[in-house]
Amino acid sequence: MELSAINDEQVEMLISDLLEQYGYDFTGYSRASLKRRISRLYSLDKALSFAEFRYRIYSDQAYFKRFVEQITVNVTEMFRDPVFFKTLRDVVLPKLGTYPFIRIWLAGCSTGEEAYSISIILKELNLLHKSLIYATDLNPAVLEKAAHGMFAMSQMKQYSENYILSGGTQDFSTYYTANYSLAKFDEELKQKIIFSTHNLVSDHSFNEFQLILCRNVLIYFERELQHNVLDLFDESLEDLGYLALGTKETVDFSRIANRYKRLPGHKIWRKVGHENM
Amino acid sequence: MKTCEAFIIGGSAGSLEVLLRVLSEVRSDLSFPIIIVVHRKHGADSLLPNLLASRTSLIVKEVDEKEKINAGTVYVAPSDYHLLIEQDRTFSLDYSEKINYSRPAIDATFQTAAEVYKKKLVCLLLSGSNADGVNGLKSVKAWGGQAVIQDPASAQVAYMPAQAKLHVEIDRILGIEDIAEFINLLSNQSYHE
Repeated sequence: MELSAINDEQVEMLISDLLEQYGYDFTGYSRASLKRRISRLYSLDKALSFAEFRYRIYSDQAYFKRFVEQITVNVTEMFRDPVFFKTLRDVVLPKLGTYPFIRIWLAGCSTGEEAYSISIILKELNLLHKSLIYATDLNPAVLEKAAHGMFAMSQMKQYSENYILSGGTQDFSTYYTANYSLAKFDEELKQKIIFSTHNLVSDHSFNEFQLILCRNVLIYFERELQHNVLDLFDESLEDLGYLALGTKETVDFSRIANRYKRLPGHKIWRKVGHENM
Repeated sequence: MKTCEAFIIGGSAGSLEVLLRVLSEVRSDLSFPIIIVVHRKHGADSLLPNLLASRTSLIVKEVDEKEKINAGTVYVAPSDYHLLIEQDRTFSLDYSEKINYSRPAIDATFQTAAEVYKKKLVCLLLSGSNADGVNGLKSVKAWGGQAVIQDPASAQVAYMPAQAKLHVEIDRILGIEDIAEFINLLSNQSYHE
């Protein structure tokens, strides 16, 4: 791919088509990544011309679904950044464990690996029975995969290592049954997970939570959209609740910054509620 | 005549010593940014920028997402993200699939930078053991920028620059001792192709 299959003007045309025809708003997305994803799909599907590619997205609902699935990044793993999950296990969730009921929002959950990771920790802390994890994504196709709770066997060695580094002490393999090339995770783990579509760009707050996780989603948004999404999280988070972002993401410089206090050394902020605390 | 607006260095196995030497010899009033993308182990993010900073008086920092790209600054790609360049000369990060078994992938940075800086981009590929960066250099050439490699004969691991030499029309092949001077001469002046 020496020259991109798709140029900047064509990216803008597609973005405007998606909004007009389907109500999917990608106008606030960072362009470099989006352009790479679209060019990749264009080459992968061997489109004959841009006009044909554009027409197909515009008029073919099934292809539109594929398009959205392919241009959004759905790479994730279980217990990614083990130190982060160790902090959830050792600090955040025990604190929330004193509440009668724990509501967690995992925004941009993709194929669900993090949702099952959190469920495992909650189970080990004896908190799963009084918890509810809302795992949302804009993309229905990944949510279907997430609900199956089946991940590639080939990943299990890595996930098991991550799990141990995150403070897990059980035999990780007891959480799934091997089924040829897939590991099927225990039904119990997903009983407290609700998978549902939610678009951070256009959908509103739908509940109040004590913990919101949204890791490596904001990086795909331009600054203004990032700030709007942080406002949405702020509206959806109880006082003294926690907000967890990705390694390279921050609430600094946003409109909500002065109501949040960072856990030193971690990308986790606590809503302290008052200005200038 | 054209000026250099960004200098990007990609490296893998065997590139650290070269980077340390080059940075110690690069002038401290560079008129463009140096952007470094090296394959490294996930974690311990501040170690590499700190090590590089110890060799130069230029500001060395790990990239923050959406950060504006400034001249006279050395930027280091964070581990485990692809580093992309936006048209408005800011950085963005991407956690999509590994490319050439690598994240960050040198190709991703070279390719997005090529479309932004076009003729005002110079990309240098150092020592390494896989072919990451080769497709990126092709893009750099296609958009009119300059493709430069470390002389494979001087590289600890010759494969990466050798692959580039094989597949890309390379503008300059530099020995380790000539890299800093090459960069210094690009600074603050127009140069002939």
